[in-house]
Amino acid sequence: MSLILEKIDHVVNGATHIDNVSLELAPGSFNVLLGRTLAGKTTLMRLMAGLERPTHGRILMNGHDVTGVPVRKRNVSMVYQQFINYPSLTVYENIASPLRLAGVEAREIDRRVRETAEMLHMEALLERYPQELSGGQQQRTAMGRALVKDAEVILFDEPLVNLDYKLREEFREELRELFKTRKAIAVYATTEPNEALALGGHTALLHEGKLLQYGRTEDVYHRPQNILSAEMFSEPPINVLPGMVSGSEVTFDRRVHFSLTDDLKRLAPGQYQFGVRASHITLGPQSPDDLGLPVSVDLAEISGSETFLHVHNDLFDLVVHLAGVHEFAVDQEITVYLPPHKMYAFDREGAVVHIPPHLEGA
Amino acid sequence: MNKVRNNHAWWLILPMLLLVAFSAIIPLMTVVNYSVQDVFDPYTRFFTGTEWFQVMLNDPALQAALLRQFAFSLTILAIEVPLGIGIALIMPKQGWQASAVLILVTLPLLIPWNVVGSIWQIFTRGDIGLMGWGLRELGYGYNITRSPADAWATIVLMDVWHWTPLIALLCYSGLRAIPEAYYQAARIDRASKWAVFRFIQLPKLTNVLVIGILLRFMHSFMIYAEPFVLTGGGPGSSTTFLSQSLTTMAIGQQDLGPSAAFSLIYFLIILLVSWVFYTAIMHRQKDPTTQGER
Repeated sequence: MSLILEKIDHVVNGATHIDNVSLELAPGSFNVLLGRTLAGKTTLMRLMAGLERPTHGRILMNGHDVTGVPVRKRNVSMVYQQFINYPSLTVYENIASPLRLAGVEAREIDRRVRETAEMLHMEALLERYPQELSGGQQQRTAMGRALVKDAEVILFDEPLVNLDYKLREEFREELRELFKTRKAIAVYATTEPNEALALGGHTALLHEGKLLQYGRTEDVYHRPQNILSAEMFSEPPINVLPGMVSGSEVTFDRRVHFSLTDDLKRLAPGQYQFGVRASHITLGPQSPDDLGLPVSVDLAEISGSETFLHVHNDLFDLVVHLAGVHEFAVDQEITVYLPPHKMYAFDREGAVVHIPPHLEGA
Repeated sequence: MNKVRNNHAWWLILPMLLLVAFSAIIPLMTVVNYSVQDVFDPYTRFFTGTEWFQVMLNDPALQAALLRQFAFSLTILAIEVPLGIGIALIMPKQGWQASAVLILVTLPLLIPWNVVGSIWQIFTRGDIGLMGWGLRELGYGYNITRSPADAWATIVLMDVWHWTPLIALLCYSGLRAIPEAYYQAARIDRASKWAVFRFIQLPKLTNVLVIGILLRFMHSFMIYAEPFVLTGGGPGSSTTFLSQSLTTMAIGQQDLGPSAAFSLIYFLIILLVSWVFYTAIMHRQKDPTTQGER
């Protein structure tokens, strides 16, 4: 089963929500739709489901054109951000509902409901009602309804947003496991780059209704095609430093120089934007090539066992992602080190011209 | 460590107690006071104990009025609740049509009770009333002053016209509160319209329906002005409800003792029925095993 979107446009009241998106999702693939709020993730999913009809373009399912086919005639299922279940039905009946509506035989229903419940660790809760369950259990019930019917496409629209941190990690792992053996195409929308990385599979980057990049998740992460992809697919966003290449040197704002290492020498002279991930900047030099920048601290943001250190000098603002808890005083003067061999370079238009050599073609 | 208890805080509820005393307890006690005495004039009164209560409970006219009252309240609930839900379901959801329909539906709610009675009184007249005249022209001998059935049907129809909008409005707001995702999920499940109503909309409406039914029950149980203006309780006593019996007794005949006893009984009946009703529905909600079909 494959799902192909061909040059899809979706225009609502003159506003373009989806702009010329073409996408080919392979059978059995797990796909992450990554994009900020209002990027068009939900709209794209609604189009895939058949809840909306694209303004232009075609949607093909296993080679058949299903563009105008309404959702009732397709075999899809969807899990929402809100926990959507039938309030007056038990967990058992909720999970059974798609099968009952499809007219499946009673014994078969029972077998599949119990199988699905077991998969989701809900066996003990089958006789409960949704309002008697915790948020996580309600969402499991909703997933049960989506998984039980062997849909060709299963859509997850930010399903874990309303759950707490621990539960989200648990769910993600289970989801990956569940889909290893399934033939259905899974599409999972999220705003969080880290969630996309944790889920793996393939990732489609969506920005303001346009598809920026699609490919294996690691590929999209390591080899962004442009600066927007790089910014969107890192948390905190990748640091961007405008610099001038002349001869064998890079100059940042005419004052900070560093020599081009072997692989950056290929860059033609001119203006570039250098990207360096927050997690690649260090507090001590890791190699003799590292570029030391004296900066002062704005804020050390401690999140769990990580520290996001916001620093600046008179040229740039940088974010440094450090493992462990580090405390800094505001305005404390420190030196941070940027590794040239881990830098990306983008041209003026933002297209990538240099990818760190250890990632290239990996 | 011992907690220091400061009992002065009790003084803080004093204003509230005073307020409740003046608004509820003192007026109610006056009624209680009358109900256990036989009052001849301001200086002559006798203590009668429970006598008035016994007399009232055994009065066949009042028993008949009570039965009529229950029949009326149950009839209008049976019509107004399904009708209100139905109207709420077909009301437009957005745009200017929604505002327009909302105003049109609300209109009857804004008309005072006795005006409603007058409107229907004229509406049903055989000579100049549109409905009265129309029905007669169609060959039906419609007459609310002679036929109890006509009078009954008209009062029920009047109440339905006046108060169904309340149920419709409550349900409309309840329906608007259901997230769009529920309907989408149902479409993905290929659920029928009926299934959407039965398993999404109706369960989600339970709360507003409880409020609506309670309000309508209490309201209709106390109905006075409309039948008083429309039929005056007739023909005979066929549309004499409890509140009208009470007014006749208290104001018309100045029977203070019996009417006080009757007021208390009336009050307790409303309280009891509302309580039973509320508890039953709330219990049903807490114990959802009674909600599903299976």
